[in-house]
Amino acid sequence: MDIVLQQLVNGLTLGSVYGLIAIGYTMVYGIIGMINFAHGDVYMVSAYITAIAIALLTFFGIESFPIIIIGTLFLTVAVTGAYGWVIERVAYRPLRNSSRLSVLISAIGMSLILQNYVQLSQGANQQGVPTLLTGAIRFSVGDGFVQITYMKLLILLISLLGMGVLTYVIQKTKLGRMCRATQQDRKMASILGIDTDKVISTVFVIGAMMAALAGVLITLDYGAFDFYVGFIIGIKAFTAAVLGGIGSLPGAMLGGLILGLSEALFAGLISSDYKDVFSFSLLVLILIIRPSGLLGKPEVEKV
Amino acid sequence: MSQEHVLKVENLVMHFGGIKALNDVNFDIQRGSVSALIGPNGAGKTTVFNCLTGFYKATGGKITLSAGGKETSVIKVLGEPFQPADFFSPVAFVRRLKYKMFGGSHLVNRAGLARTFQNIRLFKEMSVVENLLVAQHMRVNRSLIAGILNTKAYQKAEEEALERVFYWLGVVDLVDSANRLAGELSYGQQRRLEIARAMCTNPEIVCLDEPAAGLNPSETEALTKMIRVLRDEHNTTVLLIEHDMGMVMDISDYIVVLDHGEVIAKGGPDDIKNNPKVIAAYLGAEEDDEEVTL
Repeated sequence: MDIVLQQLVNGLTLGSVYGLIAIGYTMVYGIIGMINFAHGDVYMVSAYITAIAIALLTFFGIESFPIIIIGTLFLTVAVTGAYGWVIERVAYRPLRNSSRLSVLISAIGMSLILQNYVQLSQGANQQGVPTLLTGAIRFSVGDGFVQITYMKLLILLISLLGMGVLTYVIQKTKLGRMCRATQQDRKMASILGIDTDKVISTVFVIGAMMAALAGVLITLDYGAFDFYVGFIIGIKAFTAAVLGGIGSLPGAMLGGLILGLSEALFAGLISSDYKDVFSFSLLVLILIIRPSGLLGKPEVEKV
Repeated sequence: MSQEHVLKVENLVMHFGGIKALNDVNFDIQRGSVSALIGPNGAGKTTVFNCLTGFYKATGGKITLSAGGKETSVIKVLGEPFQPADFFSPVAFVRRLKYKMFGGSHLVNRAGLARTFQNIRLFKEMSVVENLLVAQHMRVNRSLIAGILNTKAYQKAEEEALERVFYWLGVVDLVDSANRLAGELSYGQQRRLEIARAMCTNPEIVCLDEPAAGLNPSETEALTKMIRVLRDEHNTTVLLIEHDMGMVMDISDYIVVLDHGEVIAKGGPDDIKNNPKVIAAYLGAEEDDEEVTL
């Protein structure tokens, strides 16, 4: 019983992080119909920026944890957002009117460039950040106990907050309306006076910012990272996006949570070696039953 | 150019590969008029519209839009290739670079031209109100930060935008459907909503592509009335493509007839009715199924 509860807690935090990264995949897919394969590497870049930001802040003699975490979040989100903007500008916008395949190849190229650039500039070794937040809440359940570290609690809190703010922005604000209009009919949106190139840039920046949130939180929790860390988590988040229905924002969040929860439960109860196998099998299963994902709409041929 | 023409099309040429869709098209649209662009199927009417609105980049010629107190060259704001002369004049170079980098069809709309489509292109998964709000974002200054913080200025701007939305919903008789999804509306309602959305961008000239297609006679009647309202109460110039000759002859002040990518006649409804070239173009081409009541 205690294991199930413990894994539920772990799965929830893992899932909310998957959800944050999946947002980047799903929004970009929704708006320009491409899979941004460099997105996982944007996450990886944000892990390095986190370490740099923490080093900078401690260098200036700041030691209180709340200031460090808030400062790191702001710095990392801002810098990673700038990365997102530059990537779109350099690798995708020049190919806006060419076939989908060339943009896909460009994305893979961008992913390799990011990995190698980080490897060259930061070294190939594993890096780490010190543990800043220790301590945990413990509940006793039966004869065992469930432990929630403060860090896990923080992850859950910040990622849910991030998702909430984003949902509000997309549903209620002018920017969100412009994004949704561009997603549904880009040419028509531009005929109504919306600068669609700017909207697409904004979507890339939002995606990168969400990945940066995840990057800061996971890096602070795990402590260790290297230049290849974006690959597996990128693939997992992509799976979550497809699971929830790619192109759908609530779908990405839901897909992330489902993937995280089921993966944690499988790892805790059955076998942690086969947890990746399980999550991808789950994807296959859901795609057989609902080819457009849980919340996705089936593609209708435009006439 | 004088203020009396809101739109001036000179020597417009549009080629698709080897096909010359438009060949030297010239016409002017008087400010505050209702003008019609007619012609047999495949004459190039929609192509003209697509060039005007920046949907296509015309191969050659000049389209000048004179609205909001300034003149805009539609082809230029879409971004043209560099010319040799640009490399000697920094000003021309910078201007061309600016339009190449930031230009696009959104600038045509911001200059004061809006359009609707023959096949309806609403944002089907957004509500009716949202469809009209999204068209107004250029007028309403609401930044993201102000939106999240819900400032006073933001609330006021939002209220004004909503007021305008309900004003236009009233004009097109859709107030009851305000919160439905645009995709759920009936065909006739969607057509009216599209016109309202175009009007929400506050254009000086609105281009309607076959607004009466698929409407029944009473709906066409209502549409005719609405177009008159646009012209008389909002000083909006209307340019429309239409096959319903009764309606065209009824509301147009000026008619341009297109055939095989060339203007074969222009003038008032009475001139057009009696023009032998026009009759030949219509009756000579498709006498069986083209319904002409000239």
